[in-house]
Amino acid sequence: MPENWQEAGFGLYLHWPFCAAKCPYCDFNSHVSSSIDQDAWQAAYLSEIDRYAALTPGRVLDSVYFGGGTPSLMRPDVVSALLDRVASHWTLANDVEITLEANPTSIEAANFAGYRAGGVNRVSIGVQALNDEDLRRLGRMHSMEEAKQALILAKTTFERVNFDLIYARQDQSLDAWRAELTQALAMEPDHLSLYQLTIEPGTAFGDRFAAGGLHGLPGDDLSVDQFFLTQELCEKAGLPAYEVSNHAKPGQESRHNLVYWRGGDWIGIGPGAHGRLTLGGSRIGTETELNPLKWLANPAQNIRETLALDEQATEYLLMGLRLQEGIDLLRLRTRYGVTLKDSKIKDLLELSLIEIEGDILKTSREGRPVLNAILRELVPD
Amino acid sequence: MTDLKHIRNFSIVAHIDHGKSTLADRLIQETGTVKERDMQAQLLDSMDIERERGITIKANTVRIDYTADNGEAYVLNLIDTPGHVDFAYEVSRSMRAVEGSLLVVDSTQGVEAQTLANVYQAIDADHEIVPVLNKIDLPASDCDRVAEQIEDVIGIDATGAIQVSAKTGQGIHETLEAIVNELPAPQGDPDAPLKAMLVDSWYDAYLGVIVLIRVIDGKLKKGERIRMMHTDAVYPVDRIGVFRPQMEMIDELGPGEIGFLTASIKQVRDTRVGDTVTHEKKGTTDALPGFKPAQPVVFCGLFPVDNAEFEDLRDSIEKLALNDASFSSEMETSAALGFGFRCGFLGLLHLEVIRDRIEREYNIELITTAPSVIYHVYMKDGEKIELHNPADMPDLSKVDHLEEPRIKATILVPDEYLGDVLKLCQDRRGIQIDLTYAGSRAMVVYDLPLNEVVFDFYDRLKSVTKGYASFDYQMEGYREDNLVKMSILVNDEPVDALSTMVHRDRAEMRGRAMVEKLKDLIPRHMFKIPIQAAIGGKVIARETLSAMRKDVTAKCYGGDATRKKKLLEKQKAGKKKMRQFGKVDIPQEAFISALKMDS
Ligand SMILES: Nc1nc2c(ncn2[C@@H]2O[C@H](COP(=O)(O)OP(=O)(O)OP(=O)(O)O)[C@@H](O)[C@H]2O)c(=O)[nH]1
Ligand SMILES: C[S@@+](CC[C@H](N)C(=O)[O-])C[C@H]1O[C@@H](n2cnc3c(N)ncnc32)[C@H](O)[C@@H]1O
Ligand code: SF4
Ligand SMILES: [Mg+2]
Repeated sequence: MPENWQEAGFGLYLHWPFCAAKCPYCDFNSHVSSSIDQDAWQAAYLSEIDRYAALTPGRVLDSVYFGGGTPSLMRPDVVSALLDRVASHWTLANDVEITLEANPTSIEAANFAGYRAGGVNRVSIGVQALNDEDLRRLGRMHSMEEAKQALILAKTTFERVNFDLIYARQDQSLDAWRAELTQALAMEPDHLSLYQLTIEPGTAFGDRFAAGGLHGLPGDDLSVDQFFLTQELCEKAGLPAYEVSNHAKPGQESRHNLVYWRGGDWIGIGPGAHGRLTLGGSRIGTETELNPLKWLANPAQNIRETLALDEQATEYLLMGLRLQEGIDLLRLRTRYGVTLKDSKIKDLLELSLIEIEGDILKTSREGRPVLNAILRELVPD
Repeated sequence: MTDLKHIRNFSIVAHIDHGKSTLADRLIQETGTVKERDMQAQLLDSMDIERERGITIKANTVRIDYTADNGEAYVLNLIDTPGHVDFAYEVSRSMRAVEGSLLVVDSTQGVEAQTLANVYQAIDADHEIVPVLNKIDLPASDCDRVAEQIEDVIGIDATGAIQVSAKTGQGIHETLEAIVNELPAPQGDPDAPLKAMLVDSWYDAYLGVIVLIRVIDGKLKKGERIRMMHTDAVYPVDRIGVFRPQMEMIDELGPGEIGFLTASIKQVRDTRVGDTVTHEKKGTTDALPGFKPAQPVVFCGLFPVDNAEFEDLRDSIEKLALNDASFSSEMETSAALGFGFRCGFLGLLHLEVIRDRIEREYNIELITTAPSVIYHVYMKDGEKIELHNPADMPDLSKVDHLEEPRIKATILVPDEYLGDVLKLCQDRRGIQIDLTYAGSRAMVVYDLPLNEVVFDFYDRLKSVTKGYASFDYQMEGYREDNLVKMSILVNDEPVDALSTMVHRDRAEMRGRAMVEKLKDLIPRHMFKIPIQAAIGGKVIARETLSAMRKDVTAKCYGGDATRKKKLLEKQKAGKKKMRQFGKVDIPQEAFISALKMDS
């Protein structure tokens, strides 16, 4: 029997933990720093790439992802050096996907050509909103016009372009979102990540919300209406949802993210990066030091734990049911030895929240917005 | 052994929050009983719940040495008592062990309902009463007015009332002198056969059962064999001691003294409060009259959230019952909740305290079912049933009639809130018995059904009077009324643990209030849930809890898998703490909260 990653893919994630400014909603491991020794960071990443290569010899790499933070603050020569080292260790798949997250200010867009030359073939741009007032409220450093210019430039520079929007924002009506999404689709991206604004504890928004501030957030009814509208408009425009918040033209789905959701293997390098690797028949979870300078001082020190079969099954359900394609009950049984409770499945089927075809179980249209509740029922104790 | 002339025994009694425990602090401090650095506010309120809620629940005894202005050394035994009406039994029992009472009255508030109730009890116990006007450091203090009130409303002489600030220590010396000079010394015969009153007993994790006694006659020494006259249990005494307030071991207790003994007592039942302790051989034949037992008036089911903890629950209930004679229990089973206990309490605060203590001290999570009082059901065949649990209500066609317990409630309230109080009592099916005035305050006496009072009457009274009313009650027997059992159906299934008895005329109103409350208390599910109140087969109120619409995580990538897995585990654990009724999860707190009414 092949191991999961041979079907679900093998990727490499590199975390760049710096941003020009911290956005008030963001709980990613991102920091603002005035002095970044990019050469030192390059050396640390390279040493980690070498170390992991020795653990995974002979594998074919399907994807490399520069995430952040704001990786578009990395010098193009650093990105290029890292990708060269990657190519020297692993065979790259013919259709290898090499993504870099970029913020759409003019300074960062100036690096696009350099990234392309270094091997990046896909960018993911954090546009977030399509009007200046809302961009300001989200604490973004770019204007609507800059975002448009960055997108145009990205389209001519890279084969594949995604951009992110945050919706269900303060005071955003259903019609306002309809207009904004229509405008976004008119820009013809091949991939769109559309996230409902989440108030994360520990962020500036989280604090304001806890203190009774941050008014005008949508209630459940409006946000679900916005969610369904999103599904409908994207589908009509030829970018159906393939995951809760991700939409793509068929074939343009993010290969990298599919590795996560399908339960493949990935290496996680950089502060706070997580990884999952099948080594010697066991599935290992890795996790690194969050603090950038501590990580830099000792990049190879990380936490490793072997994931038991039931934990693997839980992760497979948790991640897999986010996908429109659903999960494979046969894989659940044969790989992880887990069978879901018939009574639970029957209840969820009766409520039309899930669908089953053969061995495939997936969420229905009604089930998608209540996925967490479905998981609470389905995931075995 | 202390000479009788140099002993003074007294309880400190007052309305809730008038400063009993703080006064006890000062008496303990002024006499140097506790080292300065070990002092803390309300030192005697040592239970977590007492400290958190800022109230006294258990009476506490302390022995103090005091050298008076006359140069003689005295032993003072003080008992700090609770103020809340649910614990009135602790007060009456404590009073039986002493000869006098310090009646503390907050001089910014004046005479309140428990002040009155305590005075009546003190008179009943033949006590000498020393009035103490407390909180004179506060600007709102008005000693003249309050002294006058004491004379008018209570009818005792307040000219000698001591003015005290238990906060600053002002008047404490005068209080100590008054204790010595105005309270009587105990009487007793050291050479008579041992006769001691079993005042209280409780379980201590290190020493086992501890028995608090007041020696009337004779002497008790370590190593002697004692007999509890009522239960006939015989034990050799392991230890004898007094509280200062920590335990201090001594060799002997003589007449008039208050102290404790331990005796490897295994049987909880062997130590009945009010029993007489004597020597096994040559003991007294003349037993004390005993205490009128405290009758539990509110009943509810306690079930472990985790069925596997049933035995632990049994054990914790047994131990707590020893700590607290006014708490009763018997096993109960329920289809939905499994094995548990039907427990009886003196009131809702008492119930909450016991439940909290089981959860904290024994680490058992509980589901508490809807509280109920005891109804008398008269069957057509002449049988009479005591109904502790509405779920056990017999078939109506066989029932002749029902009686419910009534109380006599005394409420003191400033004039301007009188109208609201009368309306509240009227709404709760009350019958006015008396209404008198003392200055600008009214004293109303009402005959009320206990079931209308038990859950939330006190909360409502506080809220309609902005906290200015005080309340006390006594049981008044049973009366027939038009009572029916109201069932609650959640998702079309009856939930026994939510059944209640209600008056027919109030059923609709209560039913509506309950289903509305439940709609807020039950979390949304993936399907819509009808919640109904019904009498017999007839639905009298209905709400629908709509289905959950949104619960999904927007972003979930590689780095989130671990965190999301933990979150899911936590949520699943939270779900387990609820009980499933059919397909619906009902949170633990719903069973009591659903009964509390907002009006
Ligand atoms: N200013 C002032 N506050 C006081 C005085 N005596 C007590 N207090 C405060 O009044 C509150 C109640 O005091 P306690 O001593 O707990 O009252 P209690 O009568 O023992 O209360 P229960 O045991 O619950 O009936 C506390 O906040 C005390 O700090 C006083 O003389 N002056
Ligand atoms: C790693 S972050 C951003 C990358 C890049 N630094 C940027 O801001 O454009 C990936 C995306 O997550 C989304 N995101 C971050 N925090 C969010 C939140 N609290 N609620 C919804 N979406 C959020 C944003 O759309 C963001 O572009
Ligand atoms: S949203 Fe992007 S730019 Fe803003 S703080 Fe987070 S990672 Fe940085
Ligand atoms: Mg107290």
